[in-house]
Amino acid sequence: MQPTNRSRRILLPVKLWFIWFSLIVALGLNFVPTGRLPAVPDFVALVLAFWCIREPLRIGMGSAFVFGLLVDIGHGAAMGQHALSYVVLVYLASALSRRMLWFPPLLQALHLLPVLLLAQALMVLARLLAGAEFPGWWYFLSSFSGAALWTPLTFLLLLPQYQPVDRDDNRPI
Amino acid sequence: MSLVGHQAPPIFRRGPTPLVRLIVFVSICLAMMVADIKYRYVDVLRQGLSVVTYPLQMAAAAPADVVLNASRYFATLLEVQLENADLRRQLLEAAQSLLRFEHLQRENEELRGLVGMAQRVPVISVSAEILYNAPDPFTRKVILNRGAQHGIQPGLAVVDAHGVIGQVTRVYPVQADVTLLTDKNQAIPVEVARNGLRGVLFGTGQGQLEMRFVLVGADIRAGDTLLTSGLDGVFLPGLPVATVSSVEREGQAFASIACEPAAGIERSVQVLVLGRQELPPPPPVPGAAGSSGGR
Repeated sequence: MQPTNRSRRILLPVKLWFIWFSLIVALGLNFVPTGRLPAVPDFVALVLAFWCIREPLRIGMGSAFVFGLLVDIGHGAAMGQHALSYVVLVYLASALSRRMLWFPPLLQALHLLPVLLLAQALMVLARLLAGAEFPGWWYFLSSFSGAALWTPLTFLLLLPQYQPVDRDDNRPI
Repeated sequence: MSLVGHQAPPIFRRGPTPLVRLIVFVSICLAMMVADIKYRYVDVLRQGLSVVTYPLQMAAAAPADVVLNASRYFATLLEVQLENADLRRQLLEAAQSLLRFEHLQRENEELRGLVGMAQRVPVISVSAEILYNAPDPFTRKVILNRGAQHGIQPGLAVVDAHGVIGQVTRVYPVQADVTLLTDKNQAIPVEVARNGLRGVLFGTGQGQLEMRFVLVGADIRAGDTLLTSGLDGVFLPGLPVATVSSVEREGQAFASIACEPAAGIERSVQVLVLGRQELPPPPPVPGAAGSSGGR
């Protein structure tokens, strides 16, 4: 029996404006001041990984770099710190994309978790080398909460592509 | 049939391989981080891009502000009246000491004139509000709602009602980053109010402060108040900074002195940015062997 690609329903083509819109909304969510609350997921990283897995031709390292710089400025972090982490994240996610799409969202999240952790570890390493203080282990909780958000995020971001162009009773999709 | 002028279909036109692109981007990022942390070369880029992120930041901060201040909107009339009475009393007390202060200042100027000393330099002061804590977990910073347009310059001291909370380290057109005293790379020169003993106060990164390079035999004890010494030429002298909480004099040449900040460093909302009108030329560089802050 042929294996079935379980995560791929027949989808409408993605709209370019929606990709950028979702990225900008994620950027806004990243800028919500939560103080030192642990386990706040990195929305931009998640949405970037999502689009780079679904649409590797449209979202790549260039956009990851630009959005990383914007997050750096909003967070008051060192310039290039998030950009570095996102570029590596997008590279690894696109390397995994052919494999990940064969799994249901929960298992996709399991694939993504080590990638998110690695991206965060890179950021910590870069800043520690530059002489910053270690933020504490709770810092890595945000990768876990991000992975937990993967299923609802997949549903939400694919929602516009689920709608049929026009309803046809003889050919339901 | 000629193919001149026809472009190859996109499937064959992917540019450099992903690994090459990764290496290029990673090296750009690393170069930028070094340029930013060590040399501050990319501040222009940062200020340019901050124009793009500023509206998003404001939009994102608004709902959080509502949630945090919800209790204030539902405060009862009684509470407001009590607070009002309290504020009136404080204002009266402050007015009294202000009157004395003006008298003393005039007297000081006259005395300085008599002795022939230079007059004290004029002072900048801008009141500002803390918008939010910077989310970067590696440093301790807050964002102010005043920037270069309101006359804020890098290096100025930021105080709340009880004492110094930090120093302005980066200025955007309408915002400014303040590095708190508790940051690991922040330092401030202080003196003991009781006897004028000088030292340098460093952040430890855990909400505490530590006074370093004070000899074991020095006259300092728990409960002493530390004020800014003003030797750096940046901070005004005499601002309260911290109180000594414990002194250990064992072993090394220097005593290890733990201090408690005087101001509500990570809690205050309304602050004042203070500084001398003419700042010394070199701006503070973070991460440069722990000598970043007050100079």
